[in-house]
Amino acid sequence: MIRAFSYNEFLFLLSAVQWTLALSAIAFIGGATVGLVIALARTSDIKAVRLAATGYIQLFQGTPLLMQLFLVFFGATVMGLDLNPWAAAALGLTLNASAFLGEIWRGCIQAVPRGQWEAASALGLRYPGLMRYVILPQAVKVAVPPTVGFLVQLIKSTSLAAIIGFTELTRAGQIVNNATFQPFLVFGIVAVLYFLMCWPLSLLSARLERRYALATR
Amino acid sequence: MNYTFDFKAVIDSWDYLLQGAWLTVQLSIGAMILGLIVAILCALGKTSGPKPVRWVINAYIEVVRNTPFLVQIFLIFFGLPTLGIRLSPDLAALIAMVVNVGAYATEIIRAGIESIQKGQIEAGLALGLKPLQVFRYIVIKPALRTVYPALTSQFILLMLSSSVVSAISADELTSVANNIQSQTFRSFEIYIVVTGIYLMLAMMFSALFAGIYKLAFAYDTDRR
Repeated sequence: MIRAFSYNEFLFLLSAVQWTLALSAIAFIGGATVGLVIALARTSDIKAVRLAATGYIQLFQGTPLLMQLFLVFFGATVMGLDLNPWAAAALGLTLNASAFLGEIWRGCIQAVPRGQWEAASALGLRYPGLMRYVILPQAVKVAVPPTVGFLVQLIKSTSLAAIIGFTELTRAGQIVNNATFQPFLVFGIVAVLYFLMCWPLSLLSARLERRYALATR
Repeated sequence: MNYTFDFKAVIDSWDYLLQGAWLTVQLSIGAMILGLIVAILCALGKTSGPKPVRWVINAYIEVVRNTPFLVQIFLIFFGLPTLGIRLSPDLAALIAMVVNVGAYATEIIRAGIESIQKGQIEAGLALGLKPLQVFRYIVIKPALRTVYPALTSQFILLMLSSSVVSAISADELTSVANNIQSQTFRSFEIYIVVTGIYLMLAMMFSALFAGIYKLAFAYDTDRR
């Protein structure tokens, strides 16, 4: 029997937004933590460290996110762990986000003029202090607009968690569509909900970028 | 860890995997070419079209860039039939990919067009070329050359994201992997091999794009 699309179905979709946001937040926090390490490794003076970070980034940027999620999901079983779709999606997205953020932030670290590194080390700062007090504070300013832009990409990526069976917004859309069979309406609403999450961030990213471009002209 | 790997299931179906990879390549190249055409037209409209055209193109770009690819596929594959347009999974996948990459590539190409110095366009007009001739003979090639790296990495991302169309069972590489997986239950082995195939495809496309650059764009730009 086909159910009609009613207010209850809409509420179900709306409540699924929280899972999309929660997954995005976890993947962003995890991805940012690992991504900072990757960015530092990528700009390291030690060649082996640099190469390892480059390999990590190329591996994650050269393969589909969906495959990465599958490998985490099924790989856990191989290792004898029972990972539920929620944990698998969070872990897969974290790894993926860390590679992208690592590459974005590498650029930001390298955008800090060479003279700043030289001046800081001439003042006797060693690597941790040099990074903490001189380079990273300047890199952060450059990093904010593209990082906000990446957040949009991340929120959209969480939709793939639906394929491994985690009930976030897209999966909720599939469930409602299977019951009501009104794909245009259901996925239209799903698309609008994603748009409402992503568009403000896109606008913010563009605005920050313009402001930064003006400040450095 | 006491899991024994067994790649026999993967090796036994190598020709099936190859078929899937070939469809992935075909879909990707088709979407790249059609997407590039869409993007050039939209970029032209966005930089020099009348206001309503610009408004429509902007709306298209913002909608596509701020919604997930998977939802776009669902809208096209499940949504369009309710309007009386029935599509095969492969065709729906191709359309979704073109629509998606078209929006991203429009913004990239627009940036390229805007990087052309005004003087070049004025010189072209002064020589009596019509606006479209100026676009065709003066603007588009250096514009594409400027944004070539951004454009081609967007294309490689497109090829990778084509794995998502497995959600509507188009018969590309990921779908093939899903089918083999559901018959043999050797999930990890299959997905690791398929991931490797995607990585190889990404490198092949990279090499292909480098080759195209050498053929089409590697001319001297003597700018002092």
